[in-house]
Amino acid sequence: MDHEEKISYLQLIKNGIFKENTIFRLVISLCPSIAVTNSVRNGFLLGVAVLFVQSMVNATVALLRKFIHPRIRIPIFMLIISGWVTFVDMIMAAYARAAYKEIGLYIQIIVAFASILARAEMFASKNRVVPAFFDGLGSGLGFLVALVLISFFRELLGKGSVAGIPIVHAKPMLIMILPTGGFLVVGLLMGFFNWIDMRFYGGKGAGGAGGH
Amino acid sequence: MAVAKNEHELVVTVSPHIRSDVTVNRIMWTVTLSLLPAFVMGVYYFGPRAIYITALCIAGSLFSEWLVEKMTSRELTLGDGSAFLTGLLLGMNMPATIPFYIPLVSSFVAVAITKQLFGGLGYNIFNPALIGRAFALITWPRAMTNWMEPTAAFVGLDAKTTATPLGLLKEEGMHKLLEVFGDKMNLYTQLLIGHRAGSLGEVSAIAIIIGGLFLLYKKYISWHIPVSFLATVAVFAWIFGGKEGFFTGDPIVHLLSGGLMLGAFFMATDYVTCPSIRRGQIVFGIGCGLLTILIRLKAGYPEGVMFAILLMNCFSPLIDRSMKSKVFGARREVKK
Repeated sequence: MDHEEKISYLQLIKNGIFKENTIFRLVISLCPSIAVTNSVRNGFLLGVAVLFVQSMVNATVALLRKFIHPRIRIPIFMLIISGWVTFVDMIMAAYARAAYKEIGLYIQIIVAFASILARAEMFASKNRVVPAFFDGLGSGLGFLVALVLISFFRELLGKGSVAGIPIVHAKPMLIMILPTGGFLVVGLLMGFFNWIDMRFYGGKGAGGAGGH
Repeated sequence: MAVAKNEHELVVTVSPHIRSDVTVNRIMWTVTLSLLPAFVMGVYYFGPRAIYITALCIAGSLFSEWLVEKMTSRELTLGDGSAFLTGLLLGMNMPATIPFYIPLVSSFVAVAITKQLFGGLGYNIFNPALIGRAFALITWPRAMTNWMEPTAAFVGLDAKTTATPLGLLKEEGMHKLLEVFGDKMNLYTQLLIGHRAGSLGEVSAIAIIIGGLFLLYKKYISWHIPVSFLATVAVFAWIFGGKEGFFTGDPIVHLLSGGLMLGAFFMATDYVTCPSIRRGQIVFGIGCGLLTILIRLKAGYPEGVMFAILLMNCFSPLIDRSMKSKVFGARREVKK
């Protein structure tokens, strides 16, 4: 069952960012990738929150995997996830009030992110604590990178700025900060990465059923 | 048994066996031709800017088509006229005062994203020209609703901005419309010949009707969608359009203003995005009409033809599937 020694921790992280990128390769957790990415700051903050929750949940699940009965594992995973999300939620509410006002709702919704449960089920429940932690780190970093990338394009085109600093002085494209623009940017970036994958690495493109 | 003179005479192929000379090429260029009267009226009212804007839209469409087909190494289809037609329709849907970058960007969205990324001609879910316009309207709402008074002159005269008849009807009501145009008869005539503010190609109802009738005569479109669309709008405008209660609305104003004629004859009848079954086309037309009236009377925009057609585009496959005629002799699958 425990076969983690074959791959290094660095590979686990790279795997989370490139090969199994939550949004561009696995095509899950698309809801936040559209909802909070109208500015780089929001995208970055939610990415960091997910990064933290993902690593901690993975570690906790791996730690407790021997005690979790397989038949009730999903409720237990959910309890662990909501515990860590509540932790992050309270920390943010206490120390980052301004940001919390804007993306607080999405912090709480991390509980329902498919990506977190997917990593816990797919990896953490079958591996030891340290590799599980690094897998969570990689997956969270992948999510963070994707969110920052999406929000970079959306903020640049939709507001003419990056992270609040004005850069372009042309008339911005309002549609980019509306949900429609989110779908457009996610789709085009996904297509771009698929193209890179197919062109240079001989991949077959992302296959995913989607989820929120 | 006849003996084949050479092997080519007895080649077994799959259908279609009967080929007509009506090709995509020919249909597209005929539709383009039938749009000309409306375009000429637009140029007459809005001057050379109408030509520039439409030319930019067409150039943008052709370039986007070429670019994507080159990048994906598909067959180049610039000659079939579909990109040209999309550009022309998009240009005719723009107000005359628009800055020049908007036609370029929205024609790229129309052709590259709405059509080519979905697989090219025949695979798009939505009408490309309408998506291009919807994109522009949402992205630059003020520029896209900056209507110019038709001046019917090529020189001099500062462009005066004004509201469209539908905008007036929505914001101020019927009395304001009558105040601007004089009496009712004058209002109808002006709307018919197109002396009103609006998009380049939509102003002259009569020119569009001529083009539409030409297409009907050539049998390139069927009557089902335009008639059901227009009739639904007329009936519901009559019932719900009035301020004084039911059955006091003015269906003629609603029929002749906005982009309704252009939409009913040239946009909703797009082969790719409307149902192909006749009964389904009537359902499609009624749906478009209902949504148009709903948006015109109740929603935030004064004009709803574009969004109505786009929304019904989503339902086209569904309508087709649910109205599929039964195969003769086939039995329904027994549920267990």
